[in-house]
Amino acid sequence: MTQFTASSQTDDLPEAMAELAGEFHALPQKDRLQLLLELANDLPDLPERYEGKLDQMERVDECQSPVFLAVEVDQDDDRVVHLFLSAPPEAPTTRGFAGILHESLDGLPAAEVLAVPDDAPFRFALAEAVSPLRMRGMVGMLGRIKRQVRARTTLDERQ
Amino acid sequence: MTTQTDTQRKLAAYAHPERLVTTEWLAEHLDDDNLVVLESNEDILLYDTGHIPGARKLDWHLDLNDQYARDYVDGQRFAQVMGERGIGRDTTVVIYGDKSNWWATYALWVMTLFGHEDVRILDGGRAKWIAEGRELTTEVPEVTAVDYPVIERDDSRIRAYKQDVLEHLGRPMVDVRSPGEYSGELLSMPDYPQEGAMRGGHIPGAKSVPWSRAANDDGTFRSREELEALYQQEQGLAPTDDVVAYCRIGERSSHTWFVLTHLLGFENVRNYDGSWTEWGNSVGVPVER
Repeated sequence: MTQFTASSQTDDLPEAMAELAGEFHALPQKDRLQLLLELANDLPDLPERYEGKLDQMERVDECQSPVFLAVEVDQDDDRVVHLFLSAPPEAPTTRGFAGILHESLDGLPAAEVLAVPDDAPFRFALAEAVSPLRMRGMVGMLGRIKRQVRARTTLDERQ
Repeated sequence: MTTQTDTQRKLAAYAHPERLVTTEWLAEHLDDDNLVVLESNEDILLYDTGHIPGARKLDWHLDLNDQYARDYVDGQRFAQVMGERGIGRDTTVVIYGDKSNWWATYALWVMTLFGHEDVRILDGGRAKWIAEGRELTTEVPEVTAVDYPVIERDDSRIRAYKQDVLEHLGRPMVDVRSPGEYSGELLSMPDYPQEGAMRGGHIPGAKSVPWSRAANDDGTFRSREELEALYQQEQGLAPTDDVVAYCRIGERSSHTWFVLTHLLGFENVRNYDGSWTEWGNSVGVPVER
């Protein structure tokens, strides 16, 4: 897999993501974990239509814990993206990563989601707090989100 | 005289019962002088969601592994990691964690490389403590750092390197990974990323005894009798055998190393921490499927 290095660049990130990255950078290392934990706690529950239907969602294999993902794209002009992520409470780090992506990307137009750089997970100053090894999970989640958005938007264009 | 509870009786039957404590025991001894509780998890944030009162966090990756070389920390760094958690050379340390204590037994094994004498595992780990509704807190204890001596790590007795395993071929070896990893069908644990090794299979002659067979559903260890039936009767291992255990990166095999060494009293068990992520990537080593 591609090796990314940590960076504090945020000007090529969507606004909400850049803001969140800035928040992480402003904190000392220990408090970054607390913020990650808050994001884990804030990850919304799945809506009823996905409850108990993990088999209809995509499994994020890059994560050490079971994480499931569903992406919906509106049929409007902006093609607004909606993200649905599920991870168990026993895996707060993974939930935190899902929380970052949800907070950053949910509700954005498809084009903006697709424009997010693949190394965005390394812009949150988390690699040294949680170890680079564990960042792989968020890279996997982002890659799968973008792939689903791409599939959903190109599929519709063909119809 | 107090009546022994079933769990105390279960512990007393092990070869080295002093290596395990029960949740009841720990709850009563949390305020003991010279006792430090460490939480060692796979998920680095789990401690921050709530932990046993007074417990200190230990991260297997950041605190016990060298950050550049694939190796454990040296004596200097180990002394720092222990000292800043208030652990002295004669402190009693109780470790617990998630995933049936994989990372707790891993931490105990690393502490044993440095010869820390009194280090124990909480039987059932984090899951059992929570299941029993015992107290958790998010309050991080204020710790006064103490001096821990700089001890040279001794890799000769309980750690096996690749070369040791090559020389060991033909003698007892236990592959503690899942059956799919042993057969070569999977390169990693089911549900975990399928990466980390170029080749699938196992080291020739290794017996397949998944670590989980030594654990009950609640994360506690199986009884002495059950463990003897498994490793000694079924697998034909003897406590005097020279045994090497391995898995993918050495965490699950720490669990089996603990079981064989401290619960069954095997005298010569080494953990091959390079495990499949080294063997399965090595050029020219034999692989069996």
